[in-house]
Amino acid sequence: MVTLQLKGLGARYGSGLAVEDVSTPVFKGGELTAVIGPNAAGKSTLFKRVAGLLKGPGEVVLEGARNEPRDALRYMPQDTHANAVLTVYESVLLAVKQGHGWRVSDRELAEIDQILEALQIADLAFRNLGELSGGQRQLVSIAQAIVRKPEVLLMDEPTSALDLYRQVEVLAFMQELARRRGTLVLIALHDLNHALRFCHNTVVISSGRLVSAGPSRQVITPEMLREIYRVDARIEQCSRGESHIIIDRSAA
Amino acid sequence: MTLSNVIPQGTGRGLYRALAFRRLLLLCGLLLLLLATFSFDLALGPARYPVSNVVSALLFPSSADLQTRVVIWDIRLPIALMAISVGGCLSLAGAQMQTILANPLASPFTLGISAAASFGAALGLVAGVAIFPAAVQYMVPFNAFIMAMAASLFIYGLSSVRGVTVQTIVLLGIALVFTFNALLSLLEYLASEQALAAVVFWTMGSLTKATWSKVWITFAVLIVCIPFFARHSWALTALRLGDVKAASFGVNIRSLRLKTLLGVSLLAAIPVSFVGTIGFVGLVGPHIARMLVGEDQRFFLPAAVLCGALMLSATSVICKIILPGAILPIGVITALVGVPFFFALIFADRKQVW
Repeated sequence: MVTLQLKGLGARYGSGLAVEDVSTPVFKGGELTAVIGPNAAGKSTLFKRVAGLLKGPGEVVLEGARNEPRDALRYMPQDTHANAVLTVYESVLLAVKQGHGWRVSDRELAEIDQILEALQIADLAFRNLGELSGGQRQLVSIAQAIVRKPEVLLMDEPTSALDLYRQVEVLAFMQELARRRGTLVLIALHDLNHALRFCHNTVVISSGRLVSAGPSRQVITPEMLREIYRVDARIEQCSRGESHIIIDRSAA
Repeated sequence: MTLSNVIPQGTGRGLYRALAFRRLLLLCGLLLLLLATFSFDLALGPARYPVSNVVSALLFPSSADLQTRVVIWDIRLPIALMAISVGGCLSLAGAQMQTILANPLASPFTLGISAAASFGAALGLVAGVAIFPAAVQYMVPFNAFIMAMAASLFIYGLSSVRGVTVQTIVLLGIALVFTFNALLSLLEYLASEQALAAVVFWTMGSLTKATWSKVWITFAVLIVCIPFFARHSWALTALRLGDVKAASFGVNIRSLRLKTLLGVSLLAAIPVSFVGTIGFVGLVGPHIARMLVGEDQRFFLPAAVLCGALMLSATSVICKIILPGAILPIGVITALVGVPFFFALIFADRKQVW
């Protein structure tokens, strides 16, 4: 089983360190881990550092992967608008074919079909990227990220442009995908109720530093919400026994 | 949303195969059109030959009569091949500049490479300055080449500085255009009447400067660059999704951009130094290719080469039909003929151009 641990991780951005000394417990394949924090906390920077796109001190310990770290780990950036004259289908094919030859096999195309159908975007397959809405672009991005069957997947706010139905569907889908393929998924989220409901673990980042990391129900507490998010909130159980955050007011 | 173990017999696969096949047909169509314009280019001129005579003179030179052989092989063939190779080079250079700089306005003309070449040529024609003194008889093309490469390498050097964005590179290229145009104007202001006429004619671009050695060199550049770009076709296509997305796919953006820019520099500098400024092809050739086959570089790359080659070859034929016997500057005519065609293509079905 693939495992991931961050040890004293920092990331340089310009001249200074944007993320500093982030150490986490060992995360295991098959589970979703939420990375949460206020705006500009350093979540995207941390993801880019883990993906190897930024340099910095510390260590990313990846163990038990079947492939080289370069192939095992995949990063899905935040919404990126592209005006390329490419269809959705071609853009997903691009993710599959990087580093490979020109010939496209039936197997590769069948896998693209499968992913597009699973994400309910098969009807967009031959639309140009420039014609898509923000939410549709995000679903295409998810397809590009999972089509290469990564063992570790870093998803930077994959649900920020999705409607409520799609948010729940995508997160449930990612949960199922992680369980079935044994994928380790780190997912940056702003909706903390989603973190509580779908993610086994949560990592809290603020001002480029780690605040806490561990099981979601232990990490997401009224005290953390007051200190980091500056809101007075309660965490209560609903009639089904699920934990929910109820925000009362912004903290004084 | 569920992930099934069963791979669907989806229609996507079939539709994609059909799309790829349609694009392959389009490429074949472009190639056939190019062969047709090439044959007409050889057949037309002060002496007109039937296309069948041209084909037989090309395939069996020994069976053709001396006059036909000399006209076709020694006079018209270098010019017709030069049109194809220069058009292909400039269009490919523009296509990859637009790809790596993520800018629809990028081309050898808009980034100062052509302006630098014109200045180099004028330096030789007006002031008699040979930047490479060992080859005085080739002073003008050498000057033009050295200045064009210098401009390209300047842009290349700037691109390799960390933190420089593609927008900065485009802005700097435009600044280069203004700088070299100002220097060219200064030289023209100081030039004698005869030298001024020579500079003006050179900057308009003309295929009549073609010789066999120039033809081979231009084709050699194409033959070296095409396999390089083809090898990186998936990565180059991914660049059009944005740097972050391409990097997330595992593309080494910095290295790819620098290597491509080096190839583009050669593709732009060599033809411009041989035939002068032909601006339109490098800008519009890639856009026409993009409209026809999209931006998957496996199709876009050959389409850009074919569109550029076809544009110059067709212009050469049109020139000969409109004004038989007259030598018109091809750079000017390409733009005049190409612009209405380009507009028609854009507005015909309002396709996404960029």
